[in-house]
Amino acid sequence: MTDGLANQGASNSPGELLLTTVDGKPLKQALIHAQSRAKRRAFFLVMPLLLFILITFVAPIAQMLHRSVHNDGFIVTEDFGTGERTPIMVNLTQWFDENPPGSEIDESAYAALAADMVVLKEERAAGQAGTRINYEISGSRSLFTKTARNADKLAPPYKEAIIGVDPDWDNPELWTVMRSASSAYTATFYLAAIDMTRDANGNIEMVNENRQVYVKLFQRTLILSLVITFLTFLLAYPVAHLLATLPLRYSNLLMILVLLPFWTSLLVRTTSWMILLQSQGVINDAMVGLGVLDDENRIQMMYNQAGTVIAMTHILLPFMILPLYSVMRPINPSYVRAARSLGATSWTAFRRIYFPQTVPGIGAGALLVFILAVGYYITPALVGGADGQLISNLIAFHMQKSLNWSLAAALAALLLGGILILYWLYDRLIGIDNLKLG
Amino acid sequence: MAGSSANDAFVAFERVQKSYDGETLVVKDLNLTMPKGEFLTMLGPSGSGKTTCLMMLAGFETATHGEILLDGKPINNIPPHKRGIGMVFQNYALFPHMTVAENLSFPLEVRKIGKSEREEKVRRALDMVQMGKFESRRPAQLSGGQQQRIALARALVFEPELVLMDEPLGALDKQLRETLQFEITRLAHDLGITTVYVTHDQTEALTMSDRVAVFDDGRIQQLAPPDVLYEQPQNSFVAQFIGENNTLEGVVQEIKGDICTVKLDDGEVIDAKPVNVSKPGERTRVSIRPERVEFNKDRLQPGAHTLKAEVMEFIYMGDIFRTRLRVAGNDEFVVKTRNAPDQVRLKPGQHIDIGWLPQDCRALDA
Repeated sequence: MTDGLANQGASNSPGELLLTTVDGKPLKQALIHAQSRAKRRAFFLVMPLLLFILITFVAPIAQMLHRSVHNDGFIVTEDFGTGERTPIMVNLTQWFDENPPGSEIDESAYAALAADMVVLKEERAAGQAGTRINYEISGSRSLFTKTARNADKLAPPYKEAIIGVDPDWDNPELWTVMRSASSAYTATFYLAAIDMTRDANGNIEMVNENRQVYVKLFQRTLILSLVITFLTFLLAYPVAHLLATLPLRYSNLLMILVLLPFWTSLLVRTTSWMILLQSQGVINDAMVGLGVLDDENRIQMMYNQAGTVIAMTHILLPFMILPLYSVMRPINPSYVRAARSLGATSWTAFRRIYFPQTVPGIGAGALLVFILAVGYYITPALVGGADGQLISNLIAFHMQKSLNWSLAAALAALLLGGILILYWLYDRLIGIDNLKLG
Repeated sequence: MAGSSANDAFVAFERVQKSYDGETLVVKDLNLTMPKGEFLTMLGPSGSGKTTCLMMLAGFETATHGEILLDGKPINNIPPHKRGIGMVFQNYALFPHMTVAENLSFPLEVRKIGKSEREEKVRRALDMVQMGKFESRRPAQLSGGQQQRIALARALVFEPELVLMDEPLGALDKQLRETLQFEITRLAHDLGITTVYVTHDQTEALTMSDRVAVFDDGRIQQLAPPDVLYEQPQNSFVAQFIGENNTLEGVVQEIKGDICTVKLDDGEVIDAKPVNVSKPGERTRVSIRPERVEFNKDRLQPGAHTLKAEVMEFIYMGDIFRTRLRVAGNDEFVVKTRNAPDQVRLKPGQHIDIGWLPQDCRALDA
């Protein structure tokens, strides 16, 4: 078809140079045509991976992000058998729509609530609706189930009747929560994830000091991750340097030792740290045996932050060593020799010549270790105790124990957002194209 | 070979030995002295110990035995950064994260030289290698030849008295190599620097050096000016390694003063200059340079021995003709003749008589 030879189209306007093939077709079109087959084939080759990523990676993250702002547990009930979705709390939702925040909770509101309680009882949805409110005010689930049980007996005046069932209904905070829960899309979970809430008038405020946990936990996660990243850097740099400068047959052997932890189960590695670190463990016993420590003064190295830091530093070490190694290996020893022959002491040669050339590896390793550390779960759960828990442990708690998936999703989304910001910062400061992972 | 310690020597190796593994010697009993301002080339095949010698002089390797003296002082225990020796590497070793100017400024900074003086010296060094326009470039933005110019300027910018060059032109193409060869020798002579140059390229060694030390098997085989090295090789290795060479093997029959007769393996007898043969009956390799072989009888001395030869191949190379002959059973015998108007072009299959002056034919070790 096109023979690849291009000549310039005749009599073009001077501003625009349109290149054509010898038989007069525009060159660009010819090129696209010539390459389309190869491109199609390439696309079919990557298609399975693309689908896999879409299904297993992009879709779950999208769903998680959606769940963090969307929870319809208070307004829709779903029959698990048939999948049929029935609206609940219709009357109350309507009342909230008609009365702006801060309106007095009057008889009409209680009448709407009473009507909805009847529906809840019929649909057996009181528990579900109560659970949604229970996320924010504990005890609400039983309040709902109890009231729904008595729904048939409620008679006007509803306000007294309902408060008669349980005086908790008089709590204005409860009504604020119900108002926000009456719309499926809400920022409540994000507010909760940064220890904030709405007061009765809908203004945003900090929650009680004794209930502020998430911000502190985010801070702790950040600080511990930074400490771990720095420690892995300190430990990995000399090891990587050794690996990079040894003859290949020795360095390959050592590399196996570095990689060995990768082939061992994470649980095994973490539990072996438990054996080492516990107060009746190897390290304490050895120190007591050597007389360094009194039997009563055994060091508490586990079930606190120290345990988390020690175990995670070890587990994440290879992620720092490998990028450093891959950057150091190709650095020709003649650079340092040149610096030495030019009059630099070995320290100056290291500081001014060798170290700057390893920065891309440090950046890659630090980013890798930090991101992994921020989201680490198993190790802090096992050796962290109460002090050494990270934000991911709380996300897991909300996924598995409190079943407040929306809050878990909001926490995870904040974590993801934080990491993306860090990534962006790294790109601005060092440049992502300088990243060398191996 | 070079004498032992001379007091006026600027660089001296005294009985230096080097072993990496404690089992084999890479450098065996090296003795070498260099006067100030000399351009000396260490030439040899890879693994001959020449680079090890350079690294010992620079301070990156320690001598296992023996003493290295610089300006009369032993330097075995002086670390490399205090030796004040400039060094140029084969891979240029320009610091990739610094600009050209920063690279040149580095040796001055570590010597705590003031900023204005530093800039002045950097500028002068760059002008010296005609690279003044490139001071803000990074090494990666320069061609190989430009990088080596910068590396040279960097090795000279702090005005060292001794400069070491480790195959600096090895990675460059032929034409560039020739230009830089000329530039390096010019700079070295103009600045009066003592230079030790390591290479495996014999042309480079011959064209650049005041003296060449031919290394093989951890020893200096011959240390001599280029013309002596080429015309009067001391042994078969040097004769083979430097330039093109024809060898004929045989047995020494008789030695008379500086002429000996050699009986070649096919029975013919030739005259040669005895170089390192001592007594009749010894086996020898006779070495003749291709351009010293003559087949025009008129140009031969009367009474000169001649050999019968058959032309195997004639190659036209422009400036010269290269004719391959079979002589005394050796069909790799090469004759080079200048492409002059009256020059004979031999044809394959032709039978001719060849001869040479006895002093051009050297009887060396077998």
